[in-house]
Amino acid sequence: MIFGIPLQAFLGQLLIGLINGSFYALLSLGLAIIFGLLRVINFAHGAQYMLGAFFAWLLLSYFGIGYWPALVIAPLAVGLVGAIIERTMLRRLYTLDPLYGLLFTFGLALTIEGTFRYLYGASGQPYATPTALAGGTNLGFMFLPVYRGWVIAFSLVVCIGTWLVIEKTKLGSYLRAATENPILVQSFGINVPFLLTLTYALGAALAALAGVLAAPIYQVSPLMGSNIIIVVFAVVVVGGMGSIMGAIVTGYLLGVAEGLTKVFYPEASNIVIFVIMAIVLLIRPAGLFGRDA
Amino acid sequence: MTLTLDIDKPREKKPVVAQTIFLAAGLALLMLAPLFFYPVFLMKLLCFALFACAFNLLLGYTGLLSFGHAAFFGGAAYFTAHAVKEWGLPPELGILVGVAGAAFLGAIIGYLAIRRQGIYFAMITLALAQMFYFFCLQAEFTKGEDGIQSVPRGHLFGFIDLSQSTNMYYFVLGVFIIGVAIIWRIIHSPFGMILKSIRENETRAVSLGYSVRNYKLAAFVMSAALTGLAGGVKALVFQFATLTDVGWQMSGEVILMTLLGGIGTLIGPLFGAGLVVTLQNYLATSEFPVTIITGLVFMVCVLLFRRGIVGEFYNSRLGRKLGFEHRH
Repeated sequence: MIFGIPLQAFLGQLLIGLINGSFYALLSLGLAIIFGLLRVINFAHGAQYMLGAFFAWLLLSYFGIGYWPALVIAPLAVGLVGAIIERTMLRRLYTLDPLYGLLFTFGLALTIEGTFRYLYGASGQPYATPTALAGGTNLGFMFLPVYRGWVIAFSLVVCIGTWLVIEKTKLGSYLRAATENPILVQSFGINVPFLLTLTYALGAALAALAGVLAAPIYQVSPLMGSNIIIVVFAVVVVGGMGSIMGAIVTGYLLGVAEGLTKVFYPEASNIVIFVIMAIVLLIRPAGLFGRDA
Repeated sequence: MTLTLDIDKPREKKPVVAQTIFLAAGLALLMLAPLFFYPVFLMKLLCFALFACAFNLLLGYTGLLSFGHAAFFGGAAYFTAHAVKEWGLPPELGILVGVAGAAFLGAIIGYLAIRRQGIYFAMITLALAQMFYFFCLQAEFTKGEDGIQSVPRGHLFGFIDLSQSTNMYYFVLGVFIIGVAIIWRIIHSPFGMILKSIRENETRAVSLGYSVRNYKLAAFVMSAALTGLAGGVKALVFQFATLTDVGWQMSGEVILMTLLGGIGTLIGPLFGAGLVVTLQNYLATSEFPVTIITGLVFMVCVLLFRRGIVGEFYNSRLGRKLGFEHRH
């Protein structure tokens, strides 16, 4: 018993919180990377997450291609779509007020979501857990479904891997330099427009990866993206988009906070992240890890 | 304060005649419209047009993109519906309750949101409005998924029966004209000039000694209150208030109306609202989802058509000849 709550229930919600936190972290990481370089808030991030889950489902139901190949194919496909959108349309908006980028990607999100709703209906489609990860293990103090453990571990690896790529590799140093001063970086002979395309594709692919991971846990539904994206925006406001690590840490923290609220005060679990956002705005307007005012 | 404003005074324009003719023709059209169109459609259009004009006060004249105006629109609809149905207030007081409620919500959301700028402002308003949505979903008085149904329209000032659709139409038209007149007054006042200066160059407005935050908050509350006016009237027109009006899709819709009609033009949102409402009515009977069209129109507008319909007209040769001016 913890604070009058059975330990099982407490740990169960903590686990759900960690799962949600994994998705918040993956999505806010992608948002932060895109915003860092492109100065665009990618409203279509939720739609790209949904696309990832849908690609996995389509691959399985029409081509019999399972979870593991989908984990690679879906992010690549969504990344490619993202690259095409960046090349043909989004690119024209860089010189304008960043608000236009938000509005454009909002329209993009509506279009994608509407199309999938039209084609597949608003109700969710089940996606079976891959056999290798089915079942669960008894940890002694709680029962852990293997797939959920996998999601937490794998998303942690992806988050830290992405952070390492950006902070420790040559490509990452180009990206960071282009964030600070794109004109100077271009004058050194680095192809900045290509870096921008690559960044948007990477962000979209990360969202799609989160979507594939989410497919066996939540149902694959056209609305899954818009439900999560607003929460992720709040996460991003709390974390501040100045730091990649900040986005990751805030994602997990808020996921856990949401899970724990479900234990102690279930009515508020929908809004707890927004409440935390309001409090952070009052105390530290720049966000927990933010540098820009 | 007066010194700077004398310099900023708008230049006198010669062809006021053409503009007056446009205005008179527009008013005459609105007066006669119920002879040709279904009144409920027209009332819906006017409510959304006022909503979009109020939203534009913030986006077009202060440069703040709020992604949470549905909270004020739908919130006011709930407040008015509750006041009229449960408390038995007359319609004019019910609408006043809606306006006050929206202004109060606007003060809270605005106070938090103006702590960040630009893109963050949009995300914060969206998140806080979503929080209000969840509140409405769970609160007792909103009746959850059902919404507040069969709201009586009542008698205006005790003797005008609003259940007659002609009476209701002219009441809505009156509210619309008053609302737009207030917005016109605000943007042509010294206060409105300062808002525009914040839009153009916030740092300079600060260095000129204006407390930009107070001005932003005031503009936000005014916009929220006028949005509440539109929402309250809408609740009486349709005689219900539901969750649809507080959802984020509604916030997106009003942005589209404003963008399509022309950001920063007084009557642009009227045209934008007209187009969007007509499109929705047209597609309501078909299977094809409106969101696809809405999304595509958004993308096309942002890519190719950022001035909007009225903005493009103002900027055209004919528009300039007639003495319209649109800076961007």
